[in-house]
Amino acid sequence: MNALRVLFAVVILVLAAMLSPADAAGAIEGGGRQPLNVPAITMFLIFVAGTLGITYWAAQRTRSAADFYAAGGGITGFQNGLAIAGDYMSAASFLGISGLVFASGFDGLIYSVGWLVGWPIVLFLIAERLRNLGKYTFADVASFRLEQTPIRSLSAIGTLTVVAFYLIAQMVGAGKLIELLFGLPYLYAVILVGGLMIVYVAFGGMVATTWVQIIKACLLLGGATFMALMVLVHFGFSPEAMFRAAVDVHPKHVSIMAPGNLVTDPISAVSLGLALMFGTAGLPHILMRFFTVADAKAARKSVFYATGFIGYFYILTFIIGFGAITFLMNDPAYFKVAASGAYNKIADLLGGTNMAAIHLSNAVGGSLFLGFISAVAFATILAVVAGLTLAGASAVSHDLYASVIAKGKVSEDREVRLSKISALAIGVVAVILGYIFENQNVAFMVGLAFAVAASCNFPVLLMSVFWKGTTSRGALIGGFLGLISAVVMVVLSPAVWVKTFGFKAALFPYDNPALFSMTIAFVGIWLFSKLDASERARREQEAYEPQFIRSETGIGAAGALAH
Amino acid sequence: MTPDLFERVKRDRRFQELVAKRTRFAWSLSAAMLAIYFGFIFIIAFAPKSLGTPIGTGVITVGIPLGLFVIVSAFVLTGIYVRRANSEFDAITRQIIEGAKS
Repeated sequence: MNALRVLFAVVILVLAAMLSPADAAGAIEGGGRQPLNVPAITMFLIFVAGTLGITYWAAQRTRSAADFYAAGGGITGFQNGLAIAGDYMSAASFLGISGLVFASGFDGLIYSVGWLVGWPIVLFLIAERLRNLGKYTFADVASFRLEQTPIRSLSAIGTLTVVAFYLIAQMVGAGKLIELLFGLPYLYAVILVGGLMIVYVAFGGMVATTWVQIIKACLLLGGATFMALMVLVHFGFSPEAMFRAAVDVHPKHVSIMAPGNLVTDPISAVSLGLALMFGTAGLPHILMRFFTVADAKAARKSVFYATGFIGYFYILTFIIGFGAITFLMNDPAYFKVAASGAYNKIADLLGGTNMAAIHLSNAVGGSLFLGFISAVAFATILAVVAGLTLAGASAVSHDLYASVIAKGKVSEDREVRLSKISALAIGVVAVILGYIFENQNVAFMVGLAFAVAASCNFPVLLMSVFWKGTTSRGALIGGFLGLISAVVMVVLSPAVWVKTFGFKAALFPYDNPALFSMTIAFVGIWLFSKLDASERARREQEAYEPQFIRSETGIGAAGALAH
Repeated sequence: MTPDLFERVKRDRRFQELVAKRTRFAWSLSAAMLAIYFGFIFIIAFAPKSLGTPIGTGVITVGIPLGLFVIVSAFVLTGIYVRRANSEFDAITRQIIEGAKS
């Protein structure tokens, strides 16, 4: 507990120290960075103080491994639904989708729809079986009847790959956003995010991480609801009036009401759709959330609530995007205006189109509400990175260390301690990578994380649960083929090979590989399982029946882990 | 799980019925979601103009309610599943487990 107090003191000192030099720097430089945003920082500090309080409370009651990894199974379906929504509604989706609507109108809707439709699939095929078979990580389920060492190693590598790409994208986005919103230098912002996520995860485990998600989800949904309401009030709750005004001021006029250039050819569209749909069902930090509830019933309810919250949120971002068109486009105050007084209504928006929602908050609610939304955006990033860090740390301690290296001969205390150390290590690595990638184009990384989740984690999980014939050899080879092909195809794609590395022509024509890499993974698992005639394969296929009965009924599953 | 309990569950006719019913239900709903989403995507890919048709005399196009329909359908489909699973399927599961234990 002493170490905990010391760390808390350090965090608060660092926070205090960060504000003073930034203040001076903001006043002197002014240019690239915004001047120090006092209301935003005040509200953010209140959020940090509140969440640190929760972390302290959570640390007191986190005693066992079940508490640390799964909040003791004591989260209700409704709470978990909010937390899942919190994990999923990143700052990138809030700012990115409203920015896309601002720039292209209807295309933003196409994009957000893709992010939602994976949830029913998670519910119908994955959620309750995961809850019935697993304990803390999805690797528990994938390796239920298969060989521990290879399948847990594969799952851990899949998890860490997804976490790494997702985390880099979030860290870089966080640094830029905070620099812009708060007037804090990039490096300070990245260290601040890294430090806080380590504290949440290492001390508060899943209990603290869950409550940080819930609070952030409520703040984000509340703030977005207020913005959308203000827009609708302005137009007397007439969508027709809002769309009419937007068509009038937008430079693309009536074409913002129809699909534009987001979907160019059917293969790219299907490939992106598959990655979003099935990637959701393979994200380790999301799958982990199903172990925090008491039973399959609560697991199902959490997906129902999560789908509702996320769908509602995407409808809000659509209104916010159109609101931003009508409120901002005729107001030069929000644009970089040339000496002649002319400005491009899309490209010249201060801070880029991703800032549309932030500027709209100022337009509808003044500087205080701008501060609130900025603080919410920061809180959003923090919550998402905390969830990712916990998933990564669990893969290291529960899958790699406890099962693969120590072969299950390890005390709970030791395993949890290792998880905390892993969280620290992941946090430090994330800060370093965030710093290295500061000026790189990281937009492709979230897509890559989804592609890997859809091509490695999801096929291995689905096949081990649904197909009796799956063997360790098949799952291992197929899973790795999916992982490697997804990464290689993304590297050779136009987004990375041409836009990031600067080569002339892409070696792989599509930005999203999921259609191909998922096929490779599923065919690989099927083929190499069929070819596997070993004694072990026969035992694994025999073990399918007990696994099947448990996955369908929950008999033998870890029940409510009451305190 | 004791092998005995496992055998009894496996032989229970209600268990086989439950699995068949739930599997059919879950895959039909999954197919519905896939059909709705990829239907939407294919219209965008092959006939983007059709979504830009205004409804009546206003500026709102066919595409907007259709996009909202996809979002709402995801929520409604999860609702349909949870409703049936948490009442009917859970009740049968309980009966099976109690039957196997006694």
